[in-house]
Amino acid sequence: MTFENEHLLPGQVGHFFVLLAFVASIVSVISYFKASKAQLENEKQSWIRFARAAFFIEAFSLVAVFACIFYICANHYYEYLYVYKHASKELEPKYLLACIWEGQEGSFLLWSLWHCALGTVLIFTAKKREAPVMAIVNTAQIFLILMLLGLYFFNVRIGSSPFVLTRNELVGPIFSQADYLAFIKDGIGLNPLLRNYWMVIHPPILFLGFASTVVPIAFAYSSLVTKDWGGWVKAALPWTLFSACVLGTGIMMGGKWAYESLSFGGYWAWDPVENAALVPWLILVAGLHCMAIFNSTKNALRASYLFIILTYLFVLYSTFLTRTGILGDTSVHSFTEAGTAMNVLIGIYVIAISLPVFYLFLKNYKSIPSIQKEEDMSSREFWMFIGAVILFLSALFVISITSLPVYNKIFGTNLADPQDREFSYNKVLVLVAVIVGLLTGISQYLKYKKTDKKYLFKKLGWPLGIAFCGTILLAIFYPIEFTKKGPGFLVAIHLALFASVFSVLANAFYLKSVLKWNLKAGGAAIAHFGFALMIGGMLIASGNRKVISDNSKTGLFIPFDKDPTGRATENPMENLTLLKDVPTRMGKYTVTYMNDSASNEKDRTFYNLHFQKIDSITGKVQEDFTLSPDAYRMKDNNLTSNPGTKHYLTHDIFTYISTISVPKTDDDTATFRPHEMAIGDSVFFAKGYYVLNNILKNPDNDRFHFSPSDTALVADITVYSENGTSHKAYPALVIHNQEINFINDTVIAQNLYLNFTGIAANKKFKINSKETDRLEDFITLKAYYFPYINLVWLGLVIMSCGFIVSLVSRVRASKIWAYSSIGLVLIFLFYMFLLANN
Amino acid sequence: MKTSSIIILVVIAAAIGALLMYSVDFSTYDTIGSAKEKQGQYVHLIAKLDKSKPIQYDALKDPNYLSFYAVDSLGNSTQVIYRNTKPPELEQSERVVLKGKMEGNVFECNDILLKCPSKYKDDKKQLEKTVTQY
Repeated sequence: MTFENEHLLPGQVGHFFVLLAFVASIVSVISYFKASKAQLENEKQSWIRFARAAFFIEAFSLVAVFACIFYICANHYYEYLYVYKHASKELEPKYLLACIWEGQEGSFLLWSLWHCALGTVLIFTAKKREAPVMAIVNTAQIFLILMLLGLYFFNVRIGSSPFVLTRNELVGPIFSQADYLAFIKDGIGLNPLLRNYWMVIHPPILFLGFASTVVPIAFAYSSLVTKDWGGWVKAALPWTLFSACVLGTGIMMGGKWAYESLSFGGYWAWDPVENAALVPWLILVAGLHCMAIFNSTKNALRASYLFIILTYLFVLYSTFLTRTGILGDTSVHSFTEAGTAMNVLIGIYVIAISLPVFYLFLKNYKSIPSIQKEEDMSSREFWMFIGAVILFLSALFVISITSLPVYNKIFGTNLADPQDREFSYNKVLVLVAVIVGLLTGISQYLKYKKTDKKYLFKKLGWPLGIAFCGTILLAIFYPIEFTKKGPGFLVAIHLALFASVFSVLANAFYLKSVLKWNLKAGGAAIAHFGFALMIGGMLIASGNRKVISDNSKTGLFIPFDKDPTGRATENPMENLTLLKDVPTRMGKYTVTYMNDSASNEKDRTFYNLHFQKIDSITGKVQEDFTLSPDAYRMKDNNLTSNPGTKHYLTHDIFTYISTISVPKTDDDTATFRPHEMAIGDSVFFAKGYYVLNNILKNPDNDRFHFSPSDTALVADITVYSENGTSHKAYPALVIHNQEINFINDTVIAQNLYLNFTGIAANKKFKINSKETDRLEDFITLKAYYFPYINLVWLGLVIMSCGFIVSLVSRVRASKIWAYSSIGLVLIFLFYMFLLANN
Repeated sequence: MKTSSIIILVVIAAAIGALLMYSVDFSTYDTIGSAKEKQGQYVHLIAKLDKSKPIQYDALKDPNYLSFYAVDSLGNSTQVIYRNTKPPELEQSERVVLKGKMEGNVFECNDILLKCPSKYKDDKKQLEKTVTQY
């Protein structure tokens, strides 16, 4: 049977390029291995030339694959399952890229594209290490491309191709019809949770971070095979800095995204997916410090190897956790089960590179030089090493709890998350913050080999003293009020706060008095300054976060039922219901739910809330603003809400919708009464009359936004009630994708429904009205007060810039390059984190 | 003292600390039957919404009170009280994970995770159902 209207060519082209890329990656790996084994310079060069050619063919093919996926998604070819699953016609074009990397296949492709970009840079910069380094990068590529292959070997499908056809994958009566495509009206589209500009920018940055961790391990490998111990560190250090910068930024972009658009009320929830990305970053930073130690003192070489290898292992382990469905019930945002073959493939990839390199490391462990002499207690390298070990241990701690579902799978246990998951992490990591804060503050002033104690005390006196006084003043005038976990934890928070204030000051003093503002040499101090600022910001923002929608304090609602257990509840009543047009007290604010407004996206509605803060004594309005949190209500009642946030420099007011009223139609007996009205006509109803003022075509105002392809007619109606008030109402009729939708409007105060159903003869319009006594329009929301959240973002931006400063001074970039790259990163991050959504 | 022994001490101390912190409070996945025996202990229940019994929730009266009944695969049933808003997709859910404590015959729940058909793009059966609806 031939099927109608299918577009099979782009899929075939795409699949061909997947195969070509796969073959080319194998050829490239083999040639690079040959080149690294070759003794003769001529032979080596010819293998390298061949390998490079294969690599560029592979890179070109992967770009072509991406272009094909983009093409089929942009054209909504639902004959492809990938398009059906991830694209939809109503999705705005800006989310097109996002829906490509929403799926497994697309995100693996993104990862391998980054490998191509990094590999290209390596070819031009790695010099004598090119062959072994690129052999590793290409081995990683083989696995990633395998995931996209979708070929059968002995009845097992290896990988999953993004070009499989819907009719081959799904079973259903429509697929036996030649015109089955006519039945598939639209794709599922991007999950509403992911419809955010961060979905466009966060995955590429994070995957660049993941992809770049292959470079340090590839350099480590190159030194193990050439037995050139230690020489790799200098070459790999800029890459490690780059990786730490990008991965760290990518992780915190996820945090910023969560804060802006996900409704769990924060930037970090210790979700397994977040942890899985944080753990390799911590180990990478530990490795980075060991490499820096080696660079200056020749110590810590073995630890550098170990941490760099483990970084890569944990990057892939995190991929394993998030993509095999093993996290199942423990995570809100993991991928689902991908099939046994896929899971095995991912499992093999986890160990395929890191284990052999680890084996080489162990085999050569004895020959890797290490300094037998003990480091001096006053040396910088000693305390840097302690810091690295602390970071590494905290990474192990985090991953050991996160791996719970893996233990359950292996040992058949049924352990579950602790009662308060966040606290079980926080109580350990707050101590880590104390140690790391102190170390990042002190270690700048320490010198390699040995430090004069007098110098140290002299230099550290000021920052220690100011930090001590500052923290005490803070505790008096702006106390952290996180009392629910007892005094012990509160003390720990204050210690950590002291440590981070100290670190901020110590690093700032170091830049001023030691480096004399020679920022080029101050990468580490800048990064530590930013890190400490971020940790301090987190302590304040999370410690003093408050739920302001606390129902028990408003006294508005009496409890629904008596508690059947007869116990007082410990749970705060964190949600507050707002009736339309009824001002309600919430914290220091008076909030009124004014109205809702449709958006140009299907199923999405904004709820406009008017906040006012009035000084109780003078009666003056101190704050007055409107927030518009929004929610998608899907066909199956699934509600996805996005917060509305008012940003101030020092704090944020953060709200999101937790419930919206469902129009009750079941037992509402009132029916619509039809009327045909010309412009200027009026119709009476029980409590007054309403007038049709005008019919507007495609208006664009704060209530309606139509796309150019829509045809919309909006009736402009004024409702006059018998008690003299008047209200505006705008029922509308919209033709979108050849379907007519009616948008009803209601005048709550008059219990009046209005709808606009069409055009009648003689320039009249069909306006129907319904009166009911059952009108209820309300929303339930949760609101938080987040203080000093901007410190977290500012700290992150500064830390990332510190990495870049170190990076450009390591590669000895020319002045113009150095300044422009630092400037660009600074502007980009500052815009993304502090300005974009404010 | 040798610096390497200091490092070893730090590592051991940190490891013991971590172990202590970590062994404290893991919870378990339970059935309703076994949870009833562990009165007052924090557990995770894997169950289904009992659609034959009423769901009690009225955001106008109290947005922080939800009551419904859950049944597990062994057929045991319990009332569940959740002092928060009703997850909108509760009625559509195929499976719920309830975190909380059994208090008498009532499960006091502080968190609900839902398995909803709409969230499962990669479930082929579900795709087959939706493919003609859109």
